[in-house]
Amino acid sequence: MTTMTVDSNTSPQSSQEATQPVADISSNGLDSSRDYRQTVGKIEVANTKMSMRDVNVSYGDKQAVFGVDLDIAKNEVIAMIGPSGCGKSTFLRCMNRMNDTIEGCVVSGSLKLDDQDIYDPKLDVVPLRARVGMVFQKPNPFPKSIYDNVAYGPQIHGLANSKVELDEIVENSLRKAGLWNEAKDRLDQPGTGLSGGQQQRLCIARTIAVSPEVILMDEPCSALDPIATARIEELIDELSANFTIAIVTHSMQQAARVSHRTAYFHLGYLVEIGDTDDIFTNPKHRLTEDYITGRFG
Amino acid sequence: MSRSTIDIVNRNLAKRYAKEKRFRLFGLVSILAGLAALCFLMVTIVSTGWGAFTQSYIQLTLDLDPEVLSISDPQDDDQWSYANYTGVIKKSLRERFPDVTSRRDKKRLYRIVSPGAGYQVNQLMQDRSLLGQTVTVWLPADDDVDSVIKGHIDRSLPENERRVSDKKLSLIDELVNSGQLKRKFNNIFFTAGDSSEPEQAGIKGAMLGSFFTLIVALLLSFPIGVAAAIYLEEFAPKNAWTDFIEVNINNLAAVPSIVFGLLGLAVFLNWFGLPRSVPLVGGIVLTLMTLPTIIISSRVALKSVPPSIREAALGLGASKMQTIFDHVLPLALPGMLTGGIIGMAQALGETAPLLMIGMVAFIVDIPGSFTDPATVLPVQIFLWSDSPERAFVERTSGAIMVLLMFLILMNSIAVLLRKRFERRW
Repeated sequence: MTTMTVDSNTSPQSSQEATQPVADISSNGLDSSRDYRQTVGKIEVANTKMSMRDVNVSYGDKQAVFGVDLDIAKNEVIAMIGPSGCGKSTFLRCMNRMNDTIEGCVVSGSLKLDDQDIYDPKLDVVPLRARVGMVFQKPNPFPKSIYDNVAYGPQIHGLANSKVELDEIVENSLRKAGLWNEAKDRLDQPGTGLSGGQQQRLCIARTIAVSPEVILMDEPCSALDPIATARIEELIDELSANFTIAIVTHSMQQAARVSHRTAYFHLGYLVEIGDTDDIFTNPKHRLTEDYITGRFG
Repeated sequence: MSRSTIDIVNRNLAKRYAKEKRFRLFGLVSILAGLAALCFLMVTIVSTGWGAFTQSYIQLTLDLDPEVLSISDPQDDDQWSYANYTGVIKKSLRERFPDVTSRRDKKRLYRIVSPGAGYQVNQLMQDRSLLGQTVTVWLPADDDVDSVIKGHIDRSLPENERRVSDKKLSLIDELVNSGQLKRKFNNIFFTAGDSSEPEQAGIKGAMLGSFFTLIVALLLSFPIGVAAAIYLEEFAPKNAWTDFIEVNINNLAAVPSIVFGLLGLAVFLNWFGLPRSVPLVGGIVLTLMTLPTIIISSRVALKSVPPSIREAALGLGASKMQTIFDHVLPLALPGMLTGGIIGMAQALGETAPLLMIGMVAFIVDIPGSFTDPATVLPVQIFLWSDSPERAFVERTSGAIMVLLMFLILMNSIAVLLRKRFERRW
């Protein structure tokens, strides 16, 4: 059996997952007749926004993601769940090439955004990341004012032609992120002075200020309390009207609440994909069932 | 079960606390030892150096007679520059002590005023309208007189074992009694360059030399050091080459500073033909010396910026350059500045490399630019500490005090900067 662990030295960003070794699945007495290396469920969707085929990711000589095929539809919320170290965050970070910053990380396969190859060597990552934004696990506002946090993206991309326009973008983004009422009187105060949940909403506002087409969320609520989490989940629901959202989460309730489709990852393989309702009520694969019923993971 | 666990814990508790107590005690003892050594150093320096900030002055009534000055034509600038200013002082001294008549005694009398006092009269007579008038001025006393006033000369010794004769002592006493010999704040110490006469010697030349040298060192080492750190930390690929460079930079930080002086001598003076003893070359040599310090501290400052900030900027679509200059650098700058200031403080106290490039010369003129021959504070201290005169001993300590003041000032600024810009995220 392969016991897959991501080398924490080569990938500091996914260290959270790497620190916990993955249980050897043979000890769980699982159904071996159905191999988890084959994805169960329909990966194709109508109205495709992003399309991934045979994606393999390795950090040095440790492979983290094995041959994952997945499509993401326009304006859908797709949740990726699975035990720690299953490669879901790594896979997510491929979608806007954030893995480029990790030394020794090699990605192969085809990843397409509107039929454009993301890993085309000629592709510039700067506009790609403007189209595919990202919200991280730990709220990471810049140590600048709330206004500057949101205005930074539009500024570097030149989205606003005047101060008035920029003010408008900032206000709209903060409104969409549900932070406007709390922040409008303290726009000039540091973003780091906000509470954890507010900081995460600020990060979401910062991301949507550049009007991306896809928003990747890497466990956005894992550092937040239940009330702040509920607020973010509501927000995800509202945002799905305008954006395509891929969210990695450890909380199955969260996946069930916010997503349209759910993908279950195991040891670097995509085990099952399907409508969220189906996955949680009628999982096809034994591993998925065990995971969502809390028998392991 | 829990009963026995708590018993074991309790049994070991005293031992654990004793260990902690012992450790604290050791720490306290070492801190106290350090403080005691520092106090001893400060007390020695301050007690010897304090005298350098005061100087004995003699009040004289000068008759600025054109005849004595040998200025026949007040329009002739040459006559002004070669005028006999000391003659005026001698005449005034003779008039003050009319009963000193023998040639030998007169010579002794003249020696109670600094031999360089003519310069002070010259300065005074920059105002040419004073010619022919009578003025009352305070002129610096000779260093022997100064030593008597400061009590450094033991009067109880027999005359032939003493530096100052009985005759001179009586002259001094008479002047003190008439209120014409007083200790005053030593302006000269802060406004003059070096001199072979201690009472005419000052640290202004050395301070300006240090200033010019440090300016050159700062302007060169900070930008180069920060740029090198940014490149190595953010852009350079991590491979054998960069490892090799890193090892070498760390190595350079530990190279004895005299080696940098030899390098400066060989490269800048002998090869490039830059002038000797000038702050420009001194600054370049000190740049070589402080660069490793600045590069290392800047890299540490860059490393300490959390990766989440970089990710946030990159995730928004900022280019690498924008990420570094908009977000990483502002956060790392306080640490870089601290490193820079500490490097500069190191450079301010450096002597050895400057000896090799000729900044150890006896330079009376106060430097006015980067290419004027100059010396620096620590070298001045080194030069004075070699002089036998009692008055130079106290000036040495006085100069050390000034140097320490500057060092304390710079290091305090470094601490303040760190406190002021420290951010939590």
